[in-house]
Amino acid sequence: MSTPISSTSGNSLPQGAPAGPPATQPGTPSTFKLGLPSRPALLSPAAWGGMIGVIIIVAILVPISALWVPQDSIFHLSTYSITLAGKLMCYAIAALALDLVWGYCGILSLGHGLFFALGGYAIGMYLMRQIGHDGSYGSDLPDFMVFLNWHTMPWYWTGTQHLLYALVLMIVVPAVIAWVFGFFTFRSRVKGVYLSIITQALTYAAMLLFFRNETGFGGNNGFTDFKRIASLPIAADSTRVGLFVLTFAVLVVSFLVLRLIVTSRLGRVVTAIRDGESRLMFLGYSPLGYKLFVWTVSAILCGIAGALYVPQVGIINPSEMSPGNSIEMAIWVAVGGRGTLIGPIVGALAVNGAKSIFTNYFPEYWLFFLGAIFVVVPLLLPKGIVGLLARKRHGGA
Amino acid sequence: MENIKSSASNLAVDAAPNGDVISGAGSHLTSGLGHLVRANEIDVSHGPILYLEDVNVSFDGFKALKSLSLSIDVGELRCVIGPNGAGKTTMMDVITGKTRAQSGKVFLGQTMDLRRMDEPTIARAGIGRKFQKPTVFEQHPVWENLELAMKSDKRWFAALRAKLDAAAQARIEEVLSTIRLEDSAYRLAGELSHGQKQRLEIGMLLMQQPQLLLLDEPAAGITDDETMELARLLNSLRGRCSMMVVEHDMDFVAALSGEKGKVTVMAEGSVLAEGTLDQVKRDERVIESYLGR
Repeated sequence: MSTPISSTSGNSLPQGAPAGPPATQPGTPSTFKLGLPSRPALLSPAAWGGMIGVIIIVAILVPISALWVPQDSIFHLSTYSITLAGKLMCYAIAALALDLVWGYCGILSLGHGLFFALGGYAIGMYLMRQIGHDGSYGSDLPDFMVFLNWHTMPWYWTGTQHLLYALVLMIVVPAVIAWVFGFFTFRSRVKGVYLSIITQALTYAAMLLFFRNETGFGGNNGFTDFKRIASLPIAADSTRVGLFVLTFAVLVVSFLVLRLIVTSRLGRVVTAIRDGESRLMFLGYSPLGYKLFVWTVSAILCGIAGALYVPQVGIINPSEMSPGNSIEMAIWVAVGGRGTLIGPIVGALAVNGAKSIFTNYFPEYWLFFLGAIFVVVPLLLPKGIVGLLARKRHGGA
Repeated sequence: MENIKSSASNLAVDAAPNGDVISGAGSHLTSGLGHLVRANEIDVSHGPILYLEDVNVSFDGFKALKSLSLSIDVGELRCVIGPNGAGKTTMMDVITGKTRAQSGKVFLGQTMDLRRMDEPTIARAGIGRKFQKPTVFEQHPVWENLELAMKSDKRWFAALRAKLDAAAQARIEEVLSTIRLEDSAYRLAGELSHGQKQRLEIGMLLMQQPQLLLLDEPAAGITDDETMELARLLNSLRGRCSMMVVEHDMDFVAALSGEKGKVTVMAEGSVLAEGTLDQVKRDERVIESYLGR
């Protein structure tokens, strides 16, 4: 270390400050230096350490314990729990996506279930094509089309037998729908509860559309009975562990990408939109571009979460677009703590973990518990679980 | 009124006693023959930076502005006084694009029709505005408030790639020392006192480097000492930008306008009188409608 370590007075912000004494003595204004890095560090060293620790546990130890530890060992993880954890991480990615628009930009979307389902349907089309002739009717067409007496595939199914094309659809479809919807609503300066209601209506309308058999997405049964993904048997342990690790990798990458976004100047502008949009306009910012950017990124991320979800749970149907699902996403974010990136992950895991336990052991009490969360969180934890932990640590220090 | 008019046309020159003419104040006197319209540049070749003519605004039948005509020369510091409900804030809303005028002309320089521009475009064109109530971003630290206001490319893509380089930091440090908030640089703006917020908002305007500064009652709710300091600060900006200050505090107005500065008195949505502070103070109609006998 050749550079002297500057003792910053009371603030933890200036990391990598230029060498030299920190000048914060009052009365000598000319020597005051901010000493901020040109871009803030993505994560603090401690957070990097924690993240690497989690990566080692989840991406290395969990697969070993699931695949190579003998079944009777206490260190063995069942495929059921692996798939459950993978599902929870998909929810966590969706919660991250919602937090970007709600926690950082103040846009409460109650329609993110739509983007989640669209991503799921995109990959679902591919999974249906992967069934090949192994369906009940042994036809070229997916079973539901044979059942409807269709003889050719609708045009929009063209190319869905290729995984790469399905992945493109997974990104492009939610992005385009989000962008077009956002363009018209944000340009008309629709905000607050009105916007929430419109997003709710959007997902509800899409649900009704997908319920129809004529739409060509399997009607109310949706897609199920998947056999293979990338020619690998979808129910095999190794495939399930692979999907789990992939989901975890996507979660880590999306966390870092969002971290990059929210620590940039764009992130600071976006939070300023949340706190005082009209004031920001008088500083020369047009909020439209900023809102469209975070909104579209959020929709894409939500679509990716849905695409990872479908092969793991083995089904996608229009009920994923029901308004209730989208509202539940908002609860995950609120419980975890909006406006932080770790909050939505914690919230999604905590609420859904509790849901899994309750529906296993006391199924009749789950809705009461959810109702209690509804009441307790806004009352006692306005900043969510993460806010509570931060306050505890702050108070203790 | 004739002698007032002629003194006003010289104001651009008079207004810079300390000689730091920067933004081309008074350059129209030497700019010579005509020139093409330059995009994104305020054309002040004929003197006025802001020009309102016959502007009408009504809210549900209530006429907030009645054929208001007003022009502000480049480099001028204009004080606007008038009773409550005279339309002062509405006028600022019209200039900054917050309210649409039903009829009339609102021009920035010779070429920019403000009635056709939205709020962000008007702000980028060079009009900065300070609101009556201090409005800062309370969840952001003080330095981030200044960074947000900084004159820069304000599109999302530029913001995503933007770096806080040494020049930008130096600019923020300079403004922080001007508004004496160095010690609070990393504090959240929401934790500041009322007076500090007022100073921060002035600082945000400085970061914007506007050509025309609109200040809506900047002295409201701050101490007398702070008021006089604010007057000194605004006086030091003379020559760097043109200013329009709406104010009730007559001492503050006197400190800003001096003996020669022009003061506009508004009442019931239009201009009642214009002249130096002494002249308008002696005006019969002004005494009747505003100052009282």
